[in-house]
Amino acid sequence: MALFYYMNYLENIGRYFLMIGEVFRKPTKWSIMKDLILKEIDDLIFNSLGIVVFISFFVGGVIAIQTALNIDNPLIPKYLVGFATRQSIILEFAPTFTSIIMAGKVGSYITSSIGTMRVTEQIDALEVMGVNSINYLVFPKIIALLIYPFLISIGMFFGILGGWVAGVFGGYSTSAEFIQGLQSDFDMYHVFYAFTKTFVFAFILATIPSFHGYFMRGGALEVGKASTTSFVWTSIVIIILNYILTQMLLG
Amino acid sequence: MILVENLHKSFGEAHILKGISTCFDQGKTNLIIGQSGSGKTVFLKSLLGLFQPEEGKICYNDRIYSQLTDDEKRDLRKEMGMVFQGSALFDSMTIEQNVMFPLKMFTDMSKEEMEERVDIVLKRVNLPDAHKKFPSEASGGMQKRVAIARAIVNNPKYLFCDEPNSGLDPKTAILIDNLIQEITKEYDITTVINTHDMNSVMEIGEKIVFLKDGHKAWEGSNKEIFKTDNEAVTNFVYSSELFKKVRVMYQEEDRN
Repeated sequence: MALFYYMNYLENIGRYFLMIGEVFRKPTKWSIMKDLILKEIDDLIFNSLGIVVFISFFVGGVIAIQTALNIDNPLIPKYLVGFATRQSIILEFAPTFTSIIMAGKVGSYITSSIGTMRVTEQIDALEVMGVNSINYLVFPKIIALLIYPFLISIGMFFGILGGWVAGVFGGYSTSAEFIQGLQSDFDMYHVFYAFTKTFVFAFILATIPSFHGYFMRGGALEVGKASTTSFVWTSIVIIILNYILTQMLLG
Repeated sequence: MILVENLHKSFGEAHILKGISTCFDQGKTNLIIGQSGSGKTVFLKSLLGLFQPEEGKICYNDRIYSQLTDDEKRDLRKEMGMVFQGSALFDSMTIEQNVMFPLKMFTDMSKEEMEERVDIVLKRVNLPDAHKKFPSEASGGMQKRVAIARAIVNNPKYLFCDEPNSGLDPKTAILIDNLIQEITKEYDITTVINTHDMNSVMEIGEKIVFLKDGHKAWEGSNKEIFKTDNEAVTNFVYSSELFKKVRVMYQEEDRN
């Protein structure tokens, strides 16, 4: 039984990489692809701005408050609140945890939309017409998510802003101290590290949910199940890759 | 013309198609009939290249499908139109965009030319004013007609229909059947229809292939099906009282 599950995982991993190969074969006409990419940018990026700004702002605030409340040694400078907020947001929260939130929002959307197309034979219709359906459906999502780092940078900005608002208006730190903390020991390489992770996660966010939607079988209930499975696997892969990339880039 | 020779298809242990051989003629409405589970859909999807048969060959005029390269298969599919059982319209597009899709994808027509062609086919399927509606705003019969319009917009050589009148009322079902037959004659295309609707068989069954348990049990025309003594066919056809009476009527006609 265990062997069966291992074989099943291996088969799915193989199919995933074959799908990635197929994404770049037989491209769809540019005049059509251009519209698809713009639509995906709207659906996947701009429609996610609100939730990313909202979550980042409040999580930034919570990081600032928790850092401030845990500093009970008078020898630790107050500007540490701004420093810790910046480091937490740039290194982990914005690239990794926003991506896990996006696996829920964008990933479920991708799986359910492609899965519904599978159930209603729309993918078969594309194939019968001679369209490379994988390229048609997945490629625009990969390209749209290339501007995912833009979303993450906005998340970083609002996370730090949230920290500043909570720190200053909550009376945990002065504005000058917080800004001093933000500027203290700033290492540009950390931003490079964050955006490298973001690009990798963007590719995962586009392809794993697409895989689960494209190869699903069954009806409406299975679309829901596929969305859940897709969220779980996208999150797992993001967390594992986060560990590997951190070890490679910072270790 | 589509020639099928000794077609076999299995899914795991289940042997679905067991050596089907037949020929679908150009300019005719060819029907595949049989009970649910007889292998009709698998057969149709094999003809479309959506399933790869393990054995046998399918020839589209002089082209043997299994010997074509991937690019040639895609080119061949551009010559096919398909009407799916659930219509399979792109629900995020309007009816006009759905019908225009194959033109945008595979032709270099200007926008005006495409709009003109879409107008022609939508008028042909009696939907002259449905351009801006979304599929969800259209009735089942309208959706089927849009699916037919999309299938014929790029002048296909082969038209495939999977249960084209399932879920439709009898009057709309006959309209759809007649529309498919008229289009087949008008465009001189090879049409293959998958159905278990005996009304369709009577109306448009110029060539009928009867499947039973993955085998071809019988083939002939709609005139011959009511005269055959083939047990599998008679069990299927005369399962309803109405068609038992039709048989008596035909027998009386023969006697007179």
